[in-house]
Amino acid sequence: MSYNLSNLLYLITIVAFVLALRFLSSPAHARRGNQIGAAGMILAIVVTWLKVGSTSWWAIALAMLIGGSFGAVAARRVRMTAMPQMVALFNGVGGGAAALIALAELHRVLPPPGAPKVDISLGIVLSALIGSISFSGSMVAFAKLQELIGGRPITYAGQQFVNGALFIGALGCGIALVGGVQDEWLLWVTIAASLLFGVLFVLPIGGADMPVVISLLNAFTGIAVALGGFELENNLLIVAGMLVGASGTLLTLMMARAMNRSVANVLFGAFGQVTAEAAAVAAGDGGTVRSASAEDVAVMLAYAHKVVFVPGYGLAVAQAQHDVRQLADLLEEKGVEVSYAIHPVAGRMPGHMNVLLAEANVPYPQLKEMDDANPEFSRTDVAVVVGANDVVNPDARANRSSPIYGMPILDVDDAQAVVVLKRSMNPGFAGIENPLFYNPKTVMLFGDAKESIMKLVADVKNL
Amino acid sequence: MSHDTLLVFEVTILVLAIFLGVEVISKVPTLLHTPLMSGTNAIHGVVIVGAMIVLGQPDKSAFTWIVGFAAVVLASANVVGGFVVTDRMLEMFKSRERPKKPDGT
Repeated sequence: MSYNLSNLLYLITIVAFVLALRFLSSPAHARRGNQIGAAGMILAIVVTWLKVGSTSWWAIALAMLIGGSFGAVAARRVRMTAMPQMVALFNGVGGGAAALIALAELHRVLPPPGAPKVDISLGIVLSALIGSISFSGSMVAFAKLQELIGGRPITYAGQQFVNGALFIGALGCGIALVGGVQDEWLLWVTIAASLLFGVLFVLPIGGADMPVVISLLNAFTGIAVALGGFELENNLLIVAGMLVGASGTLLTLMMARAMNRSVANVLFGAFGQVTAEAAAVAAGDGGTVRSASAEDVAVMLAYAHKVVFVPGYGLAVAQAQHDVRQLADLLEEKGVEVSYAIHPVAGRMPGHMNVLLAEANVPYPQLKEMDDANPEFSRTDVAVVVGANDVVNPDARANRSSPIYGMPILDVDDAQAVVVLKRSMNPGFAGIENPLFYNPKTVMLFGDAKESIMKLVADVKNL
Repeated sequence: MSHDTLLVFEVTILVLAIFLGVEVISKVPTLLHTPLMSGTNAIHGVVIVGAMIVLGQPDKSAFTWIVGFAAVVLASANVVGGFVVTDRMLEMFKSRERPKKPDGT
């Protein structure tokens, strides 16, 4: 296939990708958009197949079969709650592929006399660097979310220094290569240092901040792919990679803003370490916690006019989304107005909660985003917090010494009454005490979220 | 086309792609941010094109052969997994009322 023809066909793929993103602006066409994107991808693969001709076709087919079936099986099997780590995993392998391409390209361009063109070697070095960070960083993010390693930040003295030194080392070797030192081992060092940097860079970041990191690494992989486009002089890789790079960067900024923190603070703040003072303050805080039985709560709910559910990650862990919907249906039959208030960072990714509730067939018009939900709490009879903690913590509004001070929250304490479903009094993912639990308006219903909701369903039925 | 002309052209489309990406994404509601992340994740799976070009080179060394093979494996996992996960998520977003059971009775 000629160079021009294949580039024209790649243009169709590019348009398909743009449409795929464009269609994501509404849930009604989003799925169609993804299918258009997939069709564009298939076109690109077929065109490339014809372009490389018969060379190693069986090796390509075998590799695609291995990778593709792994991807398909993993993606089919994964539960909706484990979605964030799956995205991290697929993101990581993409970054890894970009780094490997850089390695192979350097191997190809190095031997002939005369240094490779600066833009080519720059593309190679940067995509190896960024792709490797994305690969190892994503794997650590995956391991943390999958709870293969602890979710809490891991810190040690001189951490920033070690990370900085590694990064500068990786960059230094890269610069030497671009500058004309023709040694392949320089790229090996760049890759090794970047891989290590990726690990050390993500390790100190707490599990609650992982979504921001995954989004950032997603942007990294996009950029690495775009740089790969410069190595291979391929427009499709440049445009598609950069689309992802730009959108991923924007999404990262939007997510950090939703938590009222800078990206730098998320990445380097080692947020969620329980400091000694904070723990002491929390312990001294005292106050009493009222706990209630499922029967009491069932009565409160059944005779309310308006009930708002506030789902958090605990709901996802307990797989309680279907039971919540059942409870909501029962209440609606009794004439109670039901809606769901969703914090932008509830769950482990922005919008994760929407996905889980959509899985339980909750119609999306019932899902209220934070800005629409907050004014409604004052005319809400009961706010039911299911496994959420930090996103309803009033300290974010009032307590300047709180690590989450300034983060926009759902004002559930404006409601007439608050019911908190919680496993125990342990602080949440970020390890911060929550005065909401000591509020006189609040009753706690302890236990596994799914069991508690099932009890509530049974009790509401019996009323 | 000389190498430099091509490079200028490539940089041009790179910069345009940045603006396009920002423009398109700012229209996506928070509701769909998880599918968005997963969808863009699938799109950068286009790295498979690069991996295929590497593995499809004629007269390659054993080193290129191995590296290219690994790259195609990783990239195809990215492509297939990315699109399938996104599809599974989006499949669940139903519009209005679900097929309702006979009301109350």
